[in-house]
Amino acid sequence: MSILVDKNTKVVTQGITGATGQFHTHACKEYGTQMVAGVTPGKGGTDFEGIPIYDTVGEARAKTACNASVIYVPPPFAADAIMEAADAGVELIICITEGIPVLDMVRVKRFLAGTKSRLIGPNCPGVITPGACKIGIMPGYIHKPGKIGVVSRSGTLTYEAVHQLTQLGIGQSTCVGIGGDPVNGTGFIDVLELYNADPNTEGVIMIGEIGGSAEEEAADYVKREMKKKPVAGFIAGQTAPSGKRMGHAGAIISGGKGTAADKIAAMKAAGISVAASPADLATTLRAALGK
Amino acid sequence: MNIHEFQAKQILLRYGVATLRNEVASSPEEVAAAVNKIGGSGPWVVKAQIHAGGRGKAGGVKLVKSADEASAFAKAILGKPLVTHQTGPQGRVVHRVIVEEGCKIARELYLGLTLDRASSLVTVIASAEGGVEIEEVAAKTPEKILREPVNPVVGLQAFQARKLGKALGIPVASFGKLAKFLAALYDAYLATDAALVEINPLVLTESGDLIALDAKMSFDDNALFRHPDVKALRDPNEEDPREQEAAKFDLSYIALDGTIGCMVNGAGLAMATMDIIKYAGGEPANFLDVGGGASEEKVAAAFRIILADPTVKGVFINIFGGIMRCDVLAAGVVKAAKEMKLTVPVVVRMEGTNVKEGKQILADSGLNIITAADMADGAQKVVAAAKAA
Repeated sequence: MSILVDKNTKVVTQGITGATGQFHTHACKEYGTQMVAGVTPGKGGTDFEGIPIYDTVGEARAKTACNASVIYVPPPFAADAIMEAADAGVELIICITEGIPVLDMVRVKRFLAGTKSRLIGPNCPGVITPGACKIGIMPGYIHKPGKIGVVSRSGTLTYEAVHQLTQLGIGQSTCVGIGGDPVNGTGFIDVLELYNADPNTEGVIMIGEIGGSAEEEAADYVKREMKKKPVAGFIAGQTAPSGKRMGHAGAIISGGKGTAADKIAAMKAAGISVAASPADLATTLRAALGK
Repeated sequence: MNIHEFQAKQILLRYGVATLRNEVASSPEEVAAAVNKIGGSGPWVVKAQIHAGGRGKAGGVKLVKSADEASAFAKAILGKPLVTHQTGPQGRVVHRVIVEEGCKIARELYLGLTLDRASSLVTVIASAEGGVEIEEVAAKTPEKILREPVNPVVGLQAFQARKLGKALGIPVASFGKLAKFLAALYDAYLATDAALVEINPLVLTESGDLIALDAKMSFDDNALFRHPDVKALRDPNEEDPREQEAAKFDLSYIALDGTIGCMVNGAGLAMATMDIIKYAGGEPANFLDVGGGASEEKVAAAFRIILADPTVKGVFINIFGGIMRCDVLAAGVVKAAKEMKLTVPVVVRMEGTNVKEGKQILADSGLNIITAADMADGAQKVVAAAKAA
C-alpha cells in the first residue's frame, strides 16, 4: 500500500521534448515507472525512447489510459498545461515547473475546483512510492520501500529526510513534495489525511518552512486526527530575516507573521516531535516511533 | 520587486485610482519649480522617496507653505540617508522627493490588496484605522481589520464595496466613489501581476472624495517576464550590489551579516543550511539558492559572488542533486575557483543525481576542497575552518 501512486500508475510527461523533461522521463522510466506517453504540441506522432508523443493530453489519455501527468513545461505556459491535463480528466497532475506567476495559480486553483483532478505542486520535486513508482525529479537511489511518509514544501529537504531515513534502515511508504509556492494544489493536511488512512504508513516526517500558516493548520490537524501515527517535523528558515523572500515565493516573513518560532511552537503543542537541526530529521522520527 | 511611491501612483493613476497632483524632483531648484507648477495657495507636501515605510516619523515628510520652504527642506534631506524603522541603522539615501498638492482630510483609512494564502484568493484588506502601521492594528485590534476575498471569475463586485463602505463608516453618498476606487485598484493589481497594493492612508476628504494619499506596490517576481515596463522601474540604489549581480544570473541571493558563505540548491535546503551553520556556532553570510537545472556558468557566477564578499571567511557548498546534477555543480565550482584564486576554506557536501561524477571532478581538480560526509559534518567543518583561517 501507498498513497497517490503505485506500480499501476500510468504517466504522461507534458513537456517531454525539453531537456529537463527528457532527462527525468528517462530516469523515471529506468526506475520502473510506467511512462506511457509524452505531450508536446507540434511533435505528435514522434517518440522519445519508444514513448509515444502526442499533440494534446486528451489524445494521450485516449490512447494510453494515462492516469497521472508530470509537467515540465516552462513557467509562462505551465498554468495552461495544468488546466489541459484536468480537462482531459487526468486524475493526478504533478507540476514540477518553478516560477509560475501567482495570479496564474489563483486562476488554475479555481479552474480545478469541481474537477476530479488532484494537483501536486507547482514548484515541487514530485511524488515517489519507493520501489514502485517515481514521478518527478527526486534521485531514486536514496529511497527504500517502507512505512514512513515524508511530506515537504521543499524538494531538496525532502531528499535530505529520505536519505537520513534510508541510512538508518527506515524505508518510506510514499514521499510527497507539495511545493514552495504560496498557491499550491495539495496542502499538508490533504497529504496527512491520506497517510492517516493508509495502513502501510506508520509515521510521518513533515517539513515546513517560514511564511504563511499552513504548518500551523497542519499541526492542528495532527493534534485532532493523528493520534495513532507519530509525526516528526522541522521548519526551515529559523535564521531568515523578516521581509526578505527566501527563494521560494512562499518563504517570506511579513508583518511578523509566518515565523519559524510560531510554527515550531504550534507543532510542539500538537505533539509533533520537532528536530532542532536539519541533520536530525530521521533520528527525531525514530525516537518518536519509540524505536 | 518593490517600487517607489511616485512610480506606484503613476501606475495607479493610469488605472483610474484617484491621486493628488504631484511632481517628482531631485534637486532643491526642481522642488521649488514643482511647487510653482502645481500652483494653488498651498500648503504642499514634500516626501522623500525611498523603498521603506515610516518616512513621516523619521522626518522624511514635510508640510510646506512656500516654494522657499519646500526647497530648504529638500536641501536638508536630498543626498543624505534617511533612517526609518524599516531601513536598518544605515538608512537609505534619498535621491528624489515628490511634491504634492494638499487636501482637506476628513478621515484616514487603510486599504490594501494582496493574496490570502489560506483561501488562495486576492483579498481586499481594509481598516478604519488609517495612517498607522497596519501590522500594529492587526496585532492589537484584529477585529478592526476587514477582509473581502475577490472571486477570480467575476472580479470585485459593487456589493463588496458597499459592504466595506458600511463597515468603514464611509458616508453612503461616497459608496459609488469607493466602488470605483476599489475596481481601479483591483484592475491595476491584476494588470501588473502585483503582489501587494497598499493605500495607507486612503483619505476621505471633506467633500466626500476618496484619494490615495500614499501608495505602495510590490510585484510578483515570477511574473516580471510579462511586464517589461514594471521591470524597468527597478531602482538599483535601493538594492544590495551583490543581490543585483546575483539577479543578473537569475540566482536567488540574499546578503546577511555572518561570515560563512553558503551555496545550496533548493530554497528549503538553503534555509536549513543557514540554520545548521548557526546551530554549529557560525553565522551565515548569505542565502543562496542556485536553483534547479542550473548551468555550469550560473554555478560559477554564484561562487564568484560569494568569494567576492570580503566578510566571507569560509564557504559551505551543500548540494542534494535532484534536477540539479552534481557533475554540473562541480564543474562550475572548479571553473570559478580557478579564475579567482581560493583564499578561504571551502567545504563541499554533495549527494544525489550524478554524485559520483561530481566528486570525481572535484578530486581531479587539484583544488584544496574539504569534503563532508553529511550536512552536520559540513557545517561543523566550515565553522571550524573559518575560525582557524
